[in-house]
Amino acid sequence: MSTVTQAAPGDFWEVEPHHHHEGASTSIGFWIYLMSDCLMFAVLFAVFGVLGGSYAAGPGPKDLFDLELVALNTAFLLLSSITYGFAMLAMVKENTRGTLMWLGITLVFGLLFLAVEIYEFNHLIHLGAGPQRSAFLSAFFALVGTHGLHVAFGCLWLVTLMIQIRQRGLIPANRRRLACLSMFWHFLDVIWIGVFTFVYLLGMI
Amino acid sequence: MTSIEAQGDKHRAERQAEAHGDQHDDGHDHGSVRSYLTGFVLSVILTAIPFAIVMAGGFESRFLTAAVVVGMAIVQILVHMVYFLHMNTRSDEGWTMMALIFTVVILVIVLSGSLWVMYNMNTNMMPQMNHEALGLGS
Repeated sequence: MSTVTQAAPGDFWEVEPHHHHEGASTSIGFWIYLMSDCLMFAVLFAVFGVLGGSYAAGPGPKDLFDLELVALNTAFLLLSSITYGFAMLAMVKENTRGTLMWLGITLVFGLLFLAVEIYEFNHLIHLGAGPQRSAFLSAFFALVGTHGLHVAFGCLWLVTLMIQIRQRGLIPANRRRLACLSMFWHFLDVIWIGVFTFVYLLGMI
Repeated sequence: MTSIEAQGDKHRAERQAEAHGDQHDDGHDHGSVRSYLTGFVLSVILTAIPFAIVMAGGFESRFLTAAVVVGMAIVQILVHMVYFLHMNTRSDEGWTMMALIFTVVILVIVLSGSLWVMYNMNTNMMPQMNHEALGLGS
Protein backbone atom coordinates (compact mmCIF):
# COMPACT_ATOMS: atom_id res chain seq x y z
CA MET A 1 0.00 0.00 0.00
CA SER A 2 2.75 2.40 0.92
CA THR A 3 4.12 2.31 -2.60
CA VAL A 4 1.01 4.02 -3.95
CA THR A 5 1.33 7.04 -1.68
CA GLN A 6 4.98 7.39 -2.62
CA ALA A 7 4.10 8.16 -6.22
CA ALA A 8 4.01 11.91 -6.92
CA PRO A 9 0.78 13.44 -8.36
CA GLY A 10 2.70 14.25 -11.53
CA ASP A 11 2.91 10.57 -12.32
CA PHE A 12 -0.78 10.29 -12.98
CA TRP A 13 -2.02 13.71 -14.02
CA GLU A 14 -0.43 16.90 -15.18
CA VAL A 15 0.34 19.21 -12.32
CA GLU A 16 1.37 22.04 -14.62
CA PRO A 17 -0.70 23.29 -17.53
CA HIS A 18 0.41 21.85 -20.81
CA HIS A 19 2.81 24.34 -22.30
CA HIS A 20 2.87 25.19 -25.97
CA HIS A 21 5.46 27.51 -27.43
CA GLU A 22 4.27 30.83 -28.79
CA GLY A 23 2.43 30.58 -32.07
CA ALA A 24 2.15 26.79 -31.95
CA SER A 25 -1.51 26.95 -32.94
CA THR A 26 -1.05 29.60 -35.66
CA SER A 27 -0.60 27.17 -38.52
CA ILE A 28 -3.68 25.09 -37.69
CA GLY A 29 -5.69 28.28 -37.20
CA PHE A 30 -4.54 29.65 -40.52
CA TRP A 31 -5.31 26.35 -42.19
CA ILE A 32 -8.89 26.53 -40.83
CA TYR A 33 -9.15 30.03 -42.33
CA LEU A 34 -7.95 28.70 -45.69
CA MET A 35 -10.51 25.91 -45.57
CA SER A 36 -13.30 28.43 -44.92
CA ASP A 37 -11.95 30.51 -47.80
CA CYS A 38 -12.05 27.34 -49.89
CA LEU A 39 -15.75 26.92 -49.07
CA MET A 40 -16.37 30.50 -50.20
CA PHE A 41 -14.72 29.67 -53.52
CA ALA A 42 -16.78 26.46 -53.67
CA VAL A 43 -19.93 28.58 -53.52
CA LEU A 44 -18.62 30.87 -56.28
CA PHE A 45 -17.77 27.81 -58.39
CA ALA A 46 -21.27 26.44 -57.76
CA VAL A 47 -22.75 29.78 -58.87
CA PHE A 48 -20.64 29.69 -62.00
CA GLY A 49 -21.63 26.07 -62.61
CA VAL A 50 -25.31 27.00 -62.40
CA LEU A 51 -25.18 30.28 -64.35
CA GLY A 52 -22.24 29.51 -66.65
CA GLY A 53 -24.60 28.73 -69.54
CA SER A 54 -26.90 31.74 -69.16
CA TYR A 55 -25.53 34.07 -71.83
CA ALA A 56 -28.70 36.22 -72.16
CA ALA A 57 -28.11 36.20 -75.95
CA GLY A 58 -24.73 37.79 -75.23
CA PRO A 59 -21.20 36.57 -75.90
CA GLY A 60 -20.14 33.13 -74.62
CA PRO A 61 -16.74 31.82 -73.52
CA LYS A 62 -15.67 31.01 -77.08
CA ASP A 63 -16.25 34.60 -78.18
CA LEU A 64 -14.39 36.10 -75.25
CA PHE A 65 -11.60 33.96 -73.83
CA ASP A 66 -8.06 33.87 -75.12
CA LEU A 67 -6.49 30.60 -73.97
CA GLU A 68 -2.94 31.79 -74.70
CA LEU A 69 -3.41 34.62 -72.21
CA VAL A 70 -4.79 32.16 -69.65
CA ALA A 71 -1.84 29.81 -70.23
CA LEU A 72 0.52 32.75 -69.66
CA ASN A 73 -1.25 33.62 -66.42
CA THR A 74 -1.16 29.98 -65.28
CA ALA A 75 2.58 29.92 -65.94
CA PHE A 76 3.10 33.12 -63.90
CA LEU A 77 1.19 31.72 -60.93
CA LEU A 78 2.90 28.33 -61.07
CA LEU A 79 6.34 29.97 -61.28
CA SER A 80 5.47 32.23 -58.35
CA SER A 81 4.52 29.11 -56.36
CA ILE A 82 7.91 27.48 -56.85
CA THR A 83 9.84 30.70 -56.21
CA TYR A 84 7.92 31.06 -52.94
CA GLY A 85 8.95 27.50 -52.16
CA PHE A 86 12.59 28.48 -52.72
CA ALA A 87 12.10 31.47 -50.41
CA MET A 88 10.90 29.06 -47.70
CA LEU A 89 13.92 26.82 -48.26
CA ALA A 90 16.22 29.86 -47.96
CA MET A 91 14.41 30.79 -44.74
CA VAL A 92 15.03 27.32 -43.29
CA LYS A 93 18.75 27.82 -44.05
CA GLU A 94 18.67 31.21 -42.25
CA ASN A 95 19.59 32.92 -45.50
CA THR A 96 17.97 36.35 -45.16
CA ARG A 97 19.22 37.74 -48.46
CA GLY A 98 18.18 34.63 -50.36
CA THR A 99 14.73 34.73 -48.77
CA LEU A 100 14.27 38.38 -49.73
CA MET A 101 15.49 37.73 -53.27
CA TRP A 102 13.07 34.81 -53.85
CA LEU A 103 10.21 36.75 -52.25
CA GLY A 104 10.98 39.62 -54.64
CA ILE A 105 10.83 37.27 -57.63
CA THR A 106 7.54 35.83 -56.31
CA LEU A 107 6.16 39.36 -56.03
CA VAL A 108 7.12 40.10 -59.66
CA PHE A 109 5.26 37.00 -60.89
CA GLY A 110 2.28 37.86 -58.69
CA LEU A 111 2.14 41.37 -60.11
CA LEU A 112 2.53 40.06 -63.69
CA PHE A 113 -0.43 37.76 -63.05
CA LEU A 114 -2.49 40.69 -61.81
CA ALA A 115 -1.44 42.85 -64.76
CA VAL A 116 -2.58 40.23 -67.27
CA GLU A 117 -5.84 39.72 -65.41
CA ILE A 118 -6.58 43.44 -65.25
CA TYR A 119 -5.79 43.68 -68.97
CA GLU A 120 -8.21 40.79 -69.64
CA PHE A 121 -11.00 42.32 -67.54
CA ASN A 122 -10.48 45.71 -69.14
CA HIS A 123 -10.57 44.13 -72.58
CA LEU A 124 -13.83 42.28 -71.79
CA ILE A 125 -15.51 45.38 -70.40
CA HIS A 126 -14.37 47.28 -73.50
CA LEU A 127 -16.07 44.66 -75.67
CA GLY A 128 -19.31 45.30 -73.79
CA ALA A 129 -18.93 42.02 -71.91
CA GLY A 130 -18.85 43.48 -68.43
CA PRO A 131 -20.33 41.83 -65.34
CA GLN A 132 -23.76 43.34 -66.02
CA ARG A 133 -24.08 41.82 -69.51
CA SER A 134 -25.30 38.35 -68.54
CA ALA A 135 -25.55 35.95 -65.63
CA PHE A 136 -22.62 34.04 -67.10
CA LEU A 137 -20.43 37.14 -67.06
CA SER A 138 -21.58 38.15 -63.56
CA ALA A 139 -20.58 34.73 -62.26
CA PHE A 140 -17.32 34.86 -64.22
CA PHE A 141 -16.29 38.26 -62.85
CA ALA A 142 -17.33 37.30 -59.31
CA LEU A 143 -15.28 34.09 -59.32
CA VAL A 144 -12.17 35.22 -61.22
CA GLY A 145 -12.31 38.67 -59.60
CA THR A 146 -12.40 37.19 -56.09
CA HIS A 147 -9.37 35.08 -56.92
CA GLY A 148 -7.59 38.13 -58.36
CA LEU A 149 -8.43 40.10 -55.23
CA HIS A 150 -6.87 37.35 -53.13
CA VAL A 151 -3.70 37.52 -55.21
CA ALA A 152 -3.66 41.32 -54.83
CA PHE A 153 -3.89 41.03 -51.05
CA GLY A 154 -1.26 38.28 -51.13
CA CYS A 155 1.08 40.70 -52.94
CA LEU A 156 0.38 43.39 -50.36
CA TRP A 157 1.13 40.91 -47.58
CA LEU A 158 4.32 39.89 -49.40
CA VAL A 159 5.55 43.50 -49.54
CA THR A 160 4.73 43.95 -45.84
CA LEU A 161 6.66 40.82 -44.93
CA MET A 162 9.65 41.83 -47.05
CA ILE A 163 9.83 45.13 -45.15
CA GLN A 164 9.49 43.27 -41.83
CA ILE A 165 12.26 40.84 -42.73
CA ARG A 166 14.54 43.66 -43.91
CA GLN A 167 14.04 45.49 -40.62
CA ARG A 168 14.01 42.64 -38.12
CA GLY A 169 15.52 39.68 -39.93
CA LEU A 170 14.24 36.11 -39.81
CA ILE A 171 12.97 36.24 -36.23
CA PRO A 172 10.53 33.47 -35.15
CA ALA A 173 7.51 35.76 -35.65
CA ASN A 174 8.55 36.52 -39.21
CA ARG A 175 9.20 32.85 -39.94
CA ARG A 176 5.69 32.06 -38.74
CA ARG A 177 4.25 34.79 -40.96
CA LEU A 178 6.24 33.50 -43.92
CA ALA A 179 4.87 30.01 -43.32
CA CYS A 180 1.29 31.38 -43.26
CA LEU A 181 1.77 33.37 -46.45
CA SER A 182 3.29 30.25 -48.00
CA MET A 183 0.10 28.32 -47.31
CA PHE A 184 -1.99 31.23 -48.62
CA TRP A 185 0.04 31.57 -51.81
CA HIS A 186 0.02 27.85 -52.66
CA PHE A 187 -3.69 27.71 -51.81
CA LEU A 188 -4.36 30.46 -54.38
CA ASP A 189 -2.52 28.41 -56.97
CA VAL A 190 -4.75 25.42 -56.14
CA ILE A 191 -7.86 27.59 -56.62
CA TRP A 192 -6.46 28.80 -59.94
CA ILE A 193 -6.28 25.17 -61.13
CA GLY A 194 -10.03 25.02 -60.58
CA VAL A 195 -10.54 28.36 -62.34
CA PHE A 196 -8.59 27.60 -65.49
CA THR A 197 -10.08 24.11 -65.71
CA PHE A 198 -13.76 24.80 -65.04
CA VAL A 199 -14.06 28.35 -66.35
CA TYR A 200 -11.64 28.59 -69.24
CA LEU A 201 -10.87 25.09 -70.53
CA LEU A 202 -14.34 23.58 -70.12
CA GLY A 203 -15.84 26.78 -71.56
CA MET A 204 -13.72 26.48 -74.69
CA ILE A 205 -14.49 22.81 -75.39
CA MET B 1 11.60 -0.57 -6.77
CA THR B 2 8.05 -1.88 -6.82
CA SER B 3 6.13 -2.42 -10.01
CA ILE B 4 3.89 0.60 -9.38
CA GLU B 5 6.86 2.90 -8.93
CA ALA B 6 8.42 1.48 -12.06
CA GLN B 7 5.21 2.17 -13.94
CA GLY B 8 5.16 5.75 -12.66
CA ASP B 9 8.68 6.26 -13.89
CA LYS B 10 7.77 4.84 -17.24
CA HIS B 11 4.79 7.22 -17.59
CA ARG B 12 6.91 10.18 -16.61
CA ALA B 13 9.55 9.25 -19.15
CA GLU B 14 6.91 8.90 -21.85
CA ARG B 15 5.41 12.27 -21.05
CA GLN B 16 8.80 13.93 -21.09
CA ALA B 17 9.50 12.39 -24.47
CA GLU B 18 6.15 13.74 -25.70
CA ALA B 19 6.82 17.22 -24.36
CA HIS B 20 10.20 17.12 -26.00
CA GLY B 21 8.62 16.15 -29.28
CA ASP B 22 6.11 18.99 -28.96
CA GLN B 23 8.79 21.59 -28.68
CA HIS B 24 11.08 20.55 -31.46
CA ASP B 25 9.07 18.68 -34.02
CA ASP B 26 5.94 20.61 -34.89
CA GLY B 27 5.27 18.12 -37.67
CA HIS B 28 5.85 20.75 -40.35
CA ASP B 29 7.74 19.71 -43.36
CA HIS B 30 9.34 22.52 -45.32
CA GLY B 31 10.25 20.28 -48.22
CA SER B 32 13.43 20.33 -50.25
CA VAL B 33 14.58 21.70 -53.60
CA ARG B 34 14.00 18.25 -54.99
CA SER B 35 10.39 17.97 -53.77
CA TYR B 36 9.54 21.48 -55.02
CA LEU B 37 11.06 20.74 -58.43
CA THR B 38 9.21 17.40 -58.63
CA GLY B 39 5.95 19.19 -57.84
CA PHE B 40 6.74 21.92 -60.35
CA VAL B 41 7.56 19.53 -63.21
CA LEU B 42 4.45 17.43 -62.52
CA SER B 43 2.32 20.61 -62.42
CA VAL B 44 3.76 21.86 -65.72
CA ILE B 45 2.98 18.53 -67.39
CA LEU B 46 -0.50 18.37 -65.88
CA THR B 47 -1.19 21.95 -67.03
CA ALA B 48 0.34 21.71 -70.50
CA ILE B 49 -1.56 18.57 -71.53
CA PRO B 50 -5.11 19.86 -70.95
CA PHE B 51 -4.25 23.25 -72.51
CA ALA B 52 -2.76 21.49 -75.54
CA ILE B 53 -5.79 19.22 -75.90
CA VAL B 54 -8.29 22.09 -75.72
CA MET B 55 -6.24 24.43 -77.94
CA ALA B 56 -5.97 21.68 -80.57
CA GLY B 57 -9.76 21.46 -80.62
CA GLY B 58 -10.22 18.56 -78.22
CA PHE B 59 -11.23 14.98 -78.88
CA GLU B 60 -14.24 14.05 -80.99
CA SER B 61 -16.24 13.32 -77.89
CA ARG B 62 -16.72 16.48 -75.84
CA PHE B 63 -17.39 14.35 -72.80
CA LEU B 64 -14.03 12.61 -73.14
CA THR B 65 -12.21 15.95 -73.46
CA ALA B 66 -13.98 17.32 -70.39
CA ALA B 67 -13.25 14.14 -68.42
CA VAL B 68 -9.53 14.24 -69.28
CA VAL B 69 -9.25 17.97 -68.45
CA VAL B 70 -11.06 17.59 -65.11
CA GLY B 71 -9.09 14.43 -64.28
CA MET B 72 -5.78 16.23 -64.85
CA ALA B 73 -6.97 19.13 -62.66
CA ILE B 74 -7.80 16.76 -59.79
CA VAL B 75 -4.40 15.08 -60.06
CA GLN B 76 -2.69 18.48 -60.17
CA ILE B 77 -4.54 19.64 -57.06
CA LEU B 78 -3.28 16.53 -55.27
CA VAL B 79 0.27 17.24 -56.52
CA HIS B 80 0.05 20.79 -55.14
CA MET B 81 -1.30 19.52 -51.83
CA VAL B 82 1.56 17.07 -51.39
CA TYR B 83 4.56 18.90 -52.87
CA PHE B 84 3.72 22.57 -52.21
CA LEU B 85 1.38 22.58 -49.21
CA HIS B 86 3.18 19.58 -47.63
CA MET B 87 -0.06 17.99 -46.54
CA ASN B 88 0.37 14.93 -44.40
CA THR B 89 -1.50 13.10 -41.69
CA ARG B 90 1.04 14.07 -39.01
CA SER B 91 1.09 17.87 -38.88
CA ASP B 92 -0.84 19.31 -35.92
CA GLU B 93 -1.71 15.80 -34.79
CA GLY B 94 -3.70 15.15 -37.93
CA TRP B 95 -6.07 18.08 -37.47
CA THR B 96 -5.08 19.80 -40.72
CA MET B 97 -5.98 16.61 -42.56
CA MET B 98 -9.27 16.34 -40.67
CA ALA B 99 -10.13 19.96 -41.55
CA LEU B 100 -9.29 19.25 -45.18
CA ILE B 101 -11.46 16.12 -45.31
CA PHE B 102 -14.34 18.00 -43.70
CA THR B 103 -13.95 20.82 -46.24
CA VAL B 104 -13.90 18.41 -49.16
CA VAL B 105 -17.11 16.76 -47.92
CA ILE B 106 -18.88 20.14 -47.64
CA LEU B 107 -17.45 21.19 -51.01
CA VAL B 108 -18.82 18.10 -52.73
CA ILE B 109 -22.25 18.59 -51.14
CA VAL B 110 -22.37 22.29 -52.10
CA LEU B 111 -21.22 21.74 -55.69
CA SER B 112 -23.15 18.59 -56.55
CA GLY B 113 -26.23 19.73 -54.65
CA SER B 114 -26.35 23.14 -56.36
CA LEU B 115 -25.76 21.75 -59.83
CA TRP B 116 -28.26 18.92 -59.37
CA VAL B 117 -31.06 21.05 -57.92
CA MET B 118 -30.60 23.93 -60.33
CA TYR B 119 -30.36 21.61 -63.34
CA ASN B 120 -33.69 20.07 -62.43
CA MET B 121 -35.20 23.51 -61.84
CA ASN B 122 -34.09 24.58 -65.30
CA THR B 123 -35.35 21.49 -67.08
CA ASN B 124 -38.70 21.49 -65.32
CA MET B 125 -39.30 25.21 -65.79
CA MET B 126 -38.53 25.55 -69.46
CA PRO B 127 -39.58 28.81 -71.14
CA GLN B 128 -41.89 26.93 -73.52
CA MET B 129 -44.06 26.05 -70.54
CA ASN B 130 -47.06 28.24 -71.28
CA HIS B 131 -48.32 29.66 -68.05
CA GLU B 132 -51.35 31.36 -69.60
CA ALA B 133 -52.53 28.20 -71.34
CA LEU B 134 -52.20 26.30 -68.11
CA GLY B 135 -54.08 29.01 -66.28
CA LEU B 136 -51.21 29.68 -63.92
CA GLY B 137 -51.12 33.36 -63.12
CA SER B 138 -50.46 35.96 -65.80
